[in-house]
Amino acid sequence: MTVLSLARRSLWNRRGTAALVVCSVALSVALLLGVERLRTEARESFANTLSGVDLIVGARSGPINLLLYSVFRLGDPINNVSWASYERIAEHPQVAWTVPLSLGDSLRGFPVLGTTQAYFTHYRYGRDQSLSLAHGEIFDGIFDAVLGAEVARRLGYDLGDEIVLAHGTSAVSLTQHDDKPFRVVGVLERTGTPVDNTVHISLAGMEAIHVDWRGGAPIPGLSISAERVQSMDLTPDSITAVMVGLTSRRAVFQVQRQINTDRDEALMAIMPGLTLQQLWDLMRVGENALLAVSALVMLVALTVMLTALLTGLNERRREMALLRALGARPWQIFALIIGESLLLSILGALLGVVLLQGLALGASGWLSGQLGLTVTLWPPTLHEMKILAILFAGGILVGLWPAWRAYRNALTDGMAIRM
Amino acid sequence: MTAPVLSLTDVTFRWQPGLPDVLSVPAFQMQPGERVFLAGPSGSGKSTLLSLVAGIATPRTGHIQVLGQPLSQMRGSARDRFRADQLGIIFQMFNLLPYLPVLQNVLLPCRFSRARRARAIARDGSVEAQARRLLGALGLDADDLLRRPVTALSVGQQQRVAAARALMGAPALVIADEPTSALDADRRLEFVDLLSSECDASGAALLFVSHDQTLASHFPRRLSLLDINQADTQSGSEVTP
Repeated sequence: MTVLSLARRSLWNRRGTAALVVCSVALSVALLLGVERLRTEARESFANTLSGVDLIVGARSGPINLLLYSVFRLGDPINNVSWASYERIAEHPQVAWTVPLSLGDSLRGFPVLGTTQAYFTHYRYGRDQSLSLAHGEIFDGIFDAVLGAEVARRLGYDLGDEIVLAHGTSAVSLTQHDDKPFRVVGVLERTGTPVDNTVHISLAGMEAIHVDWRGGAPIPGLSISAERVQSMDLTPDSITAVMVGLTSRRAVFQVQRQINTDRDEALMAIMPGLTLQQLWDLMRVGENALLAVSALVMLVALTVMLTALLTGLNERRREMALLRALGARPWQIFALIIGESLLLSILGALLGVVLLQGLALGASGWLSGQLGLTVTLWPPTLHEMKILAILFAGGILVGLWPAWRAYRNALTDGMAIRM
Repeated sequence: MTAPVLSLTDVTFRWQPGLPDVLSVPAFQMQPGERVFLAGPSGSGKSTLLSLVAGIATPRTGHIQVLGQPLSQMRGSARDRFRADQLGIIFQMFNLLPYLPVLQNVLLPCRFSRARRARAIARDGSVEAQARRLLGALGLDADDLLRRPVTALSVGQQQRVAAARALMGAPALVIADEPTSALDADRRLEFVDLLSSECDASGAALLFVSHDQTLASHFPRRLSLLDINQADTQSGSEVTP
């Protein structure tokens, strides 16, 4: 008790230096925990770009390729899925629902997705969140479109606006579907997923703008008006990919194998969560570099603490000798220094956590809006506890050397108080 | 007859094995309540002797007894406790912890020793009362002074605070290591007289180490470390073992 209150007063006497040490520890803790938290959140949010979907089926290629074009609208499929295959999958006894995806057109660089209303029911992202409308409603008519939040914001479209889709996926397209304009009927809430960048139309709409096309170009001399197309059968011949939900998750491997070994068409089924994980693993290098940098920052903070302790030791040599003369035991001198380094680390860690908490609270709106990251801060994860434990261990370790020197001084200085 | 407050028998000491002895004291004794002036030029083994008496260093051979207790045979922690209980120490300067106010500095010995705390309470009712009484006797009784940080005090005042602290809880032996060398000449005698009378009042023996011979006449017993130390300290560093 005596030593503790003396340590407190001694530290208070040197509060300027101590505050600087605590701040440097706090900043490093905030940085390390922040990076760690963002890293975890980013990975989770990425892995949850699409959830609740058991399988994605497309033409046989590579799993990551299929994931990239069907979910992230990146790259192009090498082939389509025939409507017959789609119907076969949809009728599979263990399949609860299917959502067809048809890609290939764009709106000023933003991809257009032809799908069904089931898409809005079954698409899940984040922690089992479903898509919701900011305004308007889900498409119903053939020429209705529902815009992702980012599309609406960037292009400035609102409900009732007419949009003209372009053929192909490049930003500048020479061939426009200007004979069959669409009308914006709904705008989705921001999700932080590729949905934000997507223009959603019905599968029938997608077929309608292509009825008078063949092989990627309008058929010369054939022009079918928007009115006439309404009365036609707008079932497509093929689609790009299918999202599949199963009646039971346990059937997933079985159904996947059946689709992968389909004899009629070269199809492939992937489990989106697993493939998202694989894709994330490709980015691990950057992730690790970030972590390494923050670990180094923690090392620097501990070095700052060591410097402060060692410098303080010379100033405090007299204090230690006095305490010894008054009857303090060598271990009490040792404890004085170790206790101080531990106290500095604990204060630094607490301040760091508070700092991070404040920052996260302030930025949570922006984070979830812009990046789709939901940053929850408390309670800390086991991993973060580990980081804090490492910091405390580091604090003790850093205190060991000065404490040992103080202990040695206390033994050898004897009654001679050295300057 | 009571045991001598301090007794050294055939004590030798060297800082490291292989180095020559810096101290060799065949016999030295102090009786309870006795005040001794020990003259010692620098390099005469003064600090070493005080370290041994305080139990911070242990002799290579021989016996040191304080109040009849064999200090040289105690374990380190027992020596630390004994020092806290029975010794008051005044250094040359910078005696006080800069982050404690005057009164808290004086109370420090009672934080490290329950025995001294008990003795202080038995004598004056509370540790704080004793601290105020001692400070008052040493001419430091203004209330605002007691709450002042010690760094605001003059060197003379600081030494008197240190003296009050050394006397807290009636230690058997007060060791003063050149306590006046930082003071002005006319303040030295005053300090010695104050310290002497307070030691007498509390019954503590005083071992006053100084190279200032003008103070010697104020002590009933005067010694030179050169007389009691048989080690060849002057040429010690040149002797090859």
